[in-house]
Amino acid sequence: MSNYRIQGATGEWEVVIGLEVHAQITSKSKLFSGADTTFGAEPNSQVSLVDAAMPGMLPVPNMECIRQAVRTGMAIEAEINKYSRFDRKNYFYADLPQGYQISQLYHPIVGEGQLLLEKDEKGGIPEEKIIGIERIHVEQDAGKLMHDQHPTMSYVDLNRCGVALMEIVSKADMRSPAEAGAYVRKLRSILRYVGSCDGNMEEGSMRADVNVSVRRPGEELGTRTETKNVNSVRFVMAVIEYEANRQVDVIEGGGSIDQETRLFDVATGTTRTMRSKEDAHDYRYFPDPDLLPINLEDAFLEDCRASLPELPDAKRLRYINELGLSDYNAATLTAEVETFARFETLLGAVAKQLGKPEAKIATMVSNWSMSIAPGVIKSIGDEANLEYATAEAQAAILQMQEAGEISGSQAKEIYEIVLKTGRAPTEIAEAEGLKQVSDTGAIEAAIDEILANNEDKVEQYKGGKDKLFGFFVGQTMKAMQGKANPQVVNQLLKGKLVKV
Amino acid sequence: MSDLTELGIKAIRDGVKAGDFSAREVAEGFNANVAAASDLNAFIVATPDAALAAADAVDAKRAKGEELGAMGGVPIGMKDLFATKGVQTTAASHILEGFTPEYESTVSQNLWDAGAGMLGKLNLDQFAMGSSNETSYFGNVTSPWRRPDGSNTPMSPGGSSGGSSTAVAARLAPAATGTDTGGSIRQPAAFTGITGVKPTYGRCSRWGVVAFASSLDQAGPMARDVTDCAIMLGAMAGFDPKDSTSLDMPVPDWEAALSSDLSGKKVGIPREYRMDGMDEEIAASWDKGKEMLRDAGAEIVDVSLPHTKYALPAYYIIAPAEASSNLARYDGVRYGLRDLPDGAGLQDMYAETRAAGFGDEVKRRILIGTYVLSAGFYDAYYNQAQKIRTLVSQDFASAFEQCDVILAPTTPSASFGLGEKDDDPIGMYLNDVFAVPASLAGLPAMSVPCGVNSEGLPLGLQLVGPAFDEQGVMNAGLAIEERAGFTHRAEKWWA
Repeated sequence: MSNYRIQGATGEWEVVIGLEVHAQITSKSKLFSGADTTFGAEPNSQVSLVDAAMPGMLPVPNMECIRQAVRTGMAIEAEINKYSRFDRKNYFYADLPQGYQISQLYHPIVGEGQLLLEKDEKGGIPEEKIIGIERIHVEQDAGKLMHDQHPTMSYVDLNRCGVALMEIVSKADMRSPAEAGAYVRKLRSILRYVGSCDGNMEEGSMRADVNVSVRRPGEELGTRTETKNVNSVRFVMAVIEYEANRQVDVIEGGGSIDQETRLFDVATGTTRTMRSKEDAHDYRYFPDPDLLPINLEDAFLEDCRASLPELPDAKRLRYINELGLSDYNAATLTAEVETFARFETLLGAVAKQLGKPEAKIATMVSNWSMSIAPGVIKSIGDEANLEYATAEAQAAILQMQEAGEISGSQAKEIYEIVLKTGRAPTEIAEAEGLKQVSDTGAIEAAIDEILANNEDKVEQYKGGKDKLFGFFVGQTMKAMQGKANPQVVNQLLKGKLVKV
Repeated sequence: MSDLTELGIKAIRDGVKAGDFSAREVAEGFNANVAAASDLNAFIVATPDAALAAADAVDAKRAKGEELGAMGGVPIGMKDLFATKGVQTTAASHILEGFTPEYESTVSQNLWDAGAGMLGKLNLDQFAMGSSNETSYFGNVTSPWRRPDGSNTPMSPGGSSGGSSTAVAARLAPAATGTDTGGSIRQPAAFTGITGVKPTYGRCSRWGVVAFASSLDQAGPMARDVTDCAIMLGAMAGFDPKDSTSLDMPVPDWEAALSSDLSGKKVGIPREYRMDGMDEEIAASWDKGKEMLRDAGAEIVDVSLPHTKYALPAYYIIAPAEASSNLARYDGVRYGLRDLPDGAGLQDMYAETRAAGFGDEVKRRILIGTYVLSAGFYDAYYNQAQKIRTLVSQDFASAFEQCDVILAPTTPSASFGLGEKDDDPIGMYLNDVFAVPASLAGLPAMSVPCGVNSEGLPLGLQLVGPAFDEQGVMNAGLAIEERAGFTHRAEKWWA
């Protein structure tokens, strides 16, 4: 349970949050037309006759979009509706050429599902929590109006018009900005794992309508407001923070909350009324007569399920239980597709080179992956060429380190050179002398000389001054110019000091 | 040589193929008739050059010994609801006046591919909404038929395919395309003494046809006789992946399988169609039709379509509901009329454009449709109407367990004078009372002429078949055609 509360003048208030996330489906062409969906093209260069709603044009469903919605539904353990249907949502706007949006009100393709928020005390999630998902439906995006192109006119860009969206509607299960933020991050992660949405919030591939209400803890739900089109996790949290406090102020000031649609002002961090309930559209939803209902075959569903990758929760648990990673490492590595992909490639490469099972070296590789390697990159800043940060190069370094050929600090030094130059790690180790000496002969010679020159200290050591062991190690390493394998040094020293 | 404009599709196709005359001669003949019939106002745009170009292409193919196609050398009229590339396409509305598509509708393309040529774009009721062809922005179409009372009252050619019916009846075209949403092929065919077929919903692609009511709209042929309709329908129909509601079924060779021998067939007579106060001459023509079909070998059986009386009200909810949404795209933003007063905003532009661009009947239906879909009314109207639609379909399904084809009148009356129903929109809507049930059920249906009434005006009989059985419908139509011997024609008065 979240203990997040707004402290009002008259007591505590609980915040109730539901999110409607619009996620652009990754597909080559639009939901009902063959037009391209690439982001950032010249205005109106990706518009078919259907998108422009020319007379007599008809929509034809793009089954790839349907497939992606079904796979997404499966990824949130949702009920998949084998029968679904498209409805028209009617309203006039210049970015909506048909005069209606094709959506799914009455029979959405995906029914109830759920999403797990992991425990993250620092992140404001004191314990694991399940957030219910009401439904996912598929619909068309609208075009874009540009008001800054002409002094008195607005321009219309229809490139985005007709692009497929999933609207993922949560239940009103969230109780704090942190939970809402974690929900959006988790949802984004799942979508990216599944590959049904690129999750790029800056480009508008994911945006949320944020429903917020407040109530006395445990009491009846309050009236909610809906803040539209919020396009980052930070803004979602800011909207909730602001809206909850605003609502508490209004209610405590003797006012009441209007059920209304609001807009978030990024510059001021506040929300303002967009339209009130009285101005709400009557969308006159009805089944789109241009489209037949979608009836999904079992084979199609099986194919969708078979194509699902290992999902974030399963992967995280596997990292903990099978690879022996810490909860923190597992959570961090599995949060992003790129992160786990890099980690798994490196882990596989190192395991292969060392001939060891992944579980034996996973912690070592994860430490390298999560802190050592990023640390090196950070320390040299712009000098790092990340194209050189290949799994092959990193695996070669880790292999040398595991074999005792190089020390941890040498590994960092070698990686630094790799990133700057792209040279091969083994070649660097040789050429730059970045190797540990494990040759017992050379080390023994050095030790013998040191023990001979420090007879007094040897006596003291034998007399019980154990701390002096470190002194001998230090002297030996110094004599070896830091290149001796410390384990070999330790071993030899122990032997000799006993004998003496 | 006899007048080539007296010929229908089959005679022209076969004559061109045999070399009895050239396609160009045929096109020239019909072009001349079109040019000499402005009184009828059947065409919004004539395209004589297109007709000649298509004819020349057919003649050239023949010279090279190539196949000429099912419609080779046949010039036709194209209802101005079909988008034609490079030729103005208006749906008889002001809002689309001057709109010239960059694309060709699937049905018209199919016809050109089959060797047909275009005489012009035919007038119609605005957005196909009307039953008398009095709602066109480009003026009424006048039927070639007149009452023989000397009054010279201009008569309605029916609607919405009134330009099509007039063009065929007046020999301005051997055939024309029509579209039928709630009778718009059958009723005008009946009013003008020609034959028209509305195939099973989905037979003809709707792609490129200006939409009225998507779940009902269906294109079909209007021609002199059943054989011509069978030929032309074969050329129009076919699966189109661009129309999700298109039927993915092979197109039968209807022409080859035409047979007026109805031995072993049962013809159903729906008792609910015999309504109180039915026009006696209509009732008599219906009885005559039964006799003709019995004579062709069929057994006549009574059937019941119990929800018939709810069909028309349901239609006048569903069709306007869909239309109110389909016509939202005519907003002045991208094409067609834009009425943008100085300093006006977006909402003003919408209001002004649509007020100026749509006619009264179109506005009436948009208002009805908007109303029945509104919050609080949706269940009472739209949902209820959809339930009735299901019941009407079930009625037909049960009836077709007892019979192979249904015979009924096409219309409750013969043609009426233009303007006579101006103040009676409900009376106008009632024109389609017999046609609408088959539309709601998506079934193939046709009208075939069976005689004239005491005023000398044509009457049609309607045949309705089970889904996909255009053949059965046309075979029964052929049996009536052969027995009715309909040779009446409008005496030429126009210029």
